[in-house]
Amino acid sequence: MKEEKIRVLVAKPGLDGHDRGAKVIARALRDAGFEVIYTGLHQTTEMIVNAAIEEDVHVVGLSILSGAHNALVPDVIKGVKKAGAKDVLFLVGGIIPDEDIAPLKKIGVHMIYTPGASLEEVISYIRKNAPKRKIA
Amino acid sequence: MASGDFKTAYGEWKKKLGLHEEKHPPIRRRFSTVSDLEIPQALYTPEEIKDLDYLRDLGFPGEFPYTRGVQTNMYRGKLWTMRQFSGFGTAEDTNKRYKMLLASGQAGLSVAFHMPTLMGYDSDSPQSKGEVGKCGVAVDTLADMETLFDGIPLDEITTSMTINSPAPMLLAMYVAVAEKKGVPREKIRGTLQNDILKEYIAQKEWIYPPKPSMRLVADTLEFCTKELPNWNTISISGYHIREAGATAVQELAFTIADGIAYVQAGIERGLDVDDFAPRLSYFWDVHNDFFEEIAKFRAGRRMWAHIMRDRFKAKNPKSWMLRTHAQTAGVSLTAQQPMNNISRVTIQALAAVLGGTNSLHTNSMDETLALPTEQAVMVALRTQQIIAEESGVANVIDPLGGSYFVEWLTNKVEKEASAYIDRIDQLGGMLAAIEKGFPQAEIANAAYHFQRQLETKDKVMVGVNRYQQEEKSRSIDVLYIDKTAEQRQCARIADIKKKRNTSKVETSLIALDRAARGSENTMPFLVECVKNYCTVQEMCDVLRKVFGQYRDPGMY
Repeated sequence: MKEEKIRVLVAKPGLDGHDRGAKVIARALRDAGFEVIYTGLHQTTEMIVNAAIEEDVHVVGLSILSGAHNALVPDVIKGVKKAGAKDVLFLVGGIIPDEDIAPLKKIGVHMIYTPGASLEEVISYIRKNAPKRKIA
Repeated sequence: MASGDFKTAYGEWKKKLGLHEEKHPPIRRRFSTVSDLEIPQALYTPEEIKDLDYLRDLGFPGEFPYTRGVQTNMYRGKLWTMRQFSGFGTAEDTNKRYKMLLASGQAGLSVAFHMPTLMGYDSDSPQSKGEVGKCGVAVDTLADMETLFDGIPLDEITTSMTINSPAPMLLAMYVAVAEKKGVPREKIRGTLQNDILKEYIAQKEWIYPPKPSMRLVADTLEFCTKELPNWNTISISGYHIREAGATAVQELAFTIADGIAYVQAGIERGLDVDDFAPRLSYFWDVHNDFFEEIAKFRAGRRMWAHIMRDRFKAKNPKSWMLRTHAQTAGVSLTAQQPMNNISRVTIQALAAVLGGTNSLHTNSMDETLALPTEQAVMVALRTQQIIAEESGVANVIDPLGGSYFVEWLTNKVEKEASAYIDRIDQLGGMLAAIEKGFPQAEIANAAYHFQRQLETKDKVMVGVNRYQQEEKSRSIDVLYIDKTAEQRQCARIADIKKKRNTSKVETSLIALDRAARGSENTMPFLVECVKNYCTVQEMCDVLRKVFGQYRDPGMY
């Protein structure tokens, strides 16, 4: 039985313009063989939820370096779940203080990458943990 | 030594080196700068700079082509301005930090606005959720600006404001605050970043499409040239370009190409180049690669001098001078073992000083974790003071001038950057190059290349891909932005909206709309708007309707 190619949404919520990390990771994931959808900058959480549902992605990766993660991440996770997507892997990358990591994991973030994380780490985590969906 | 003797001796030494390296191979296959600019030789001698002509290529400090510095006696006459960029929470919170910095010997202020202000939204806008006061200070109306500069003498200090798309609005506020304090506009001194082109290239805080944005830049250029003679109109910034992943050469080339576009815009507005060019300044990133940075600063001055004199036919020597602010590279700092960042910042700051910077911000050790604490800011400022007062490097002008390697590298960086500028000229100038996505793609490629080099350990970041250690928890404190900042700021807008004269607000916004649709300079209309306590978003919304909005093409 064949499995679907893993689709990853790389998204930049909020007003934050720091997109170096998001673009590097998007390219690395594409080179690793995933299907990558990059939202571009300045997306509202609703826009990201819609993109995740429309593209029926396996993974949502949010990149936030502005300090607004506690306000934005919960809205995306809630929105995606509410829209009926049950088996999505949620990743967050950016400047996330230690104190915020446990609370974010509690609300459904599977993994958080802070500065210095390697591309390989992210790629192998997705390979291992992204939901497996059989081609119907 | 006769040159024949030198050539023979050098040839023999090279043979000796070859034999030595057969037995003891170099520790790396290839040596290169942090930007991956190859350093092909182990040693530099008079041979590698034999075409250097002292008067033509270096000159004396304060003289064309300014390779050795823009002032005649450099730091002997005046140290660089120590200017720490800061802003967080509400205007009240930041005003306290400013007073602390001024009391600690800092000579000028540098305002960091929060993300909503940078993007032209008010704190109570839905787009601002979670962002209020996080990356800078919240400024929505003139009332915030009044609080921000409360008790600070605007006729004595200089203020730099990092603001781009809404730069005309914030400049209007500064003028209005100064006038309220009894300081006439011709006396205020400071700098507006106002560099919209690098927003499309790298920093990504845009509102309108490039063409109308350039019209606003020309409006501020014209307004300042006529009314604010002591104001630096554009801080042409390589910083954000570099932080987004550019190499040192790309930073130099794209920034100077932006500078060329602004000079062109001023001339097209009908201004005489010598009336506005002296008030343009630059802003460099200063990264870890010590000599590459020094070469970049020196090459930049030489390139700009030639461009202004030969290409734009400027006659005033002040138009030829590349004056620059510098900031140490945020992107070089690590969240791992954050105390190590103090060493990185020291090396970078030293490079900026040896490169002849005119003003400097040193980053704090904790900035990969959050905005800096007071203690971390103090260490960063003291780092500059130690360089200035204890290291002795400020005793002499351009002490590395004449170094075989530094001069070779300065030439190399200039040559490569000039080739990029030629390419941008061929694309039709920077605005056209941006529309084609050229600089954006070059930077994305360089950023990806560097990340790959980190993964293969071709490039090393101490504590990240080598010399790592287990850290149970962060070894330093971080600054937490008061969670009430958002509520307090929203209440403040509501209060101002209640108190202000609504009909004056409406009339001034309608007048702004009319000016924007026509060809009048928008600045006087903005000054009127801010005096009536229009919010940043109200003014930006008027222009959004007229100019439209820019959307990220989302290339990667």
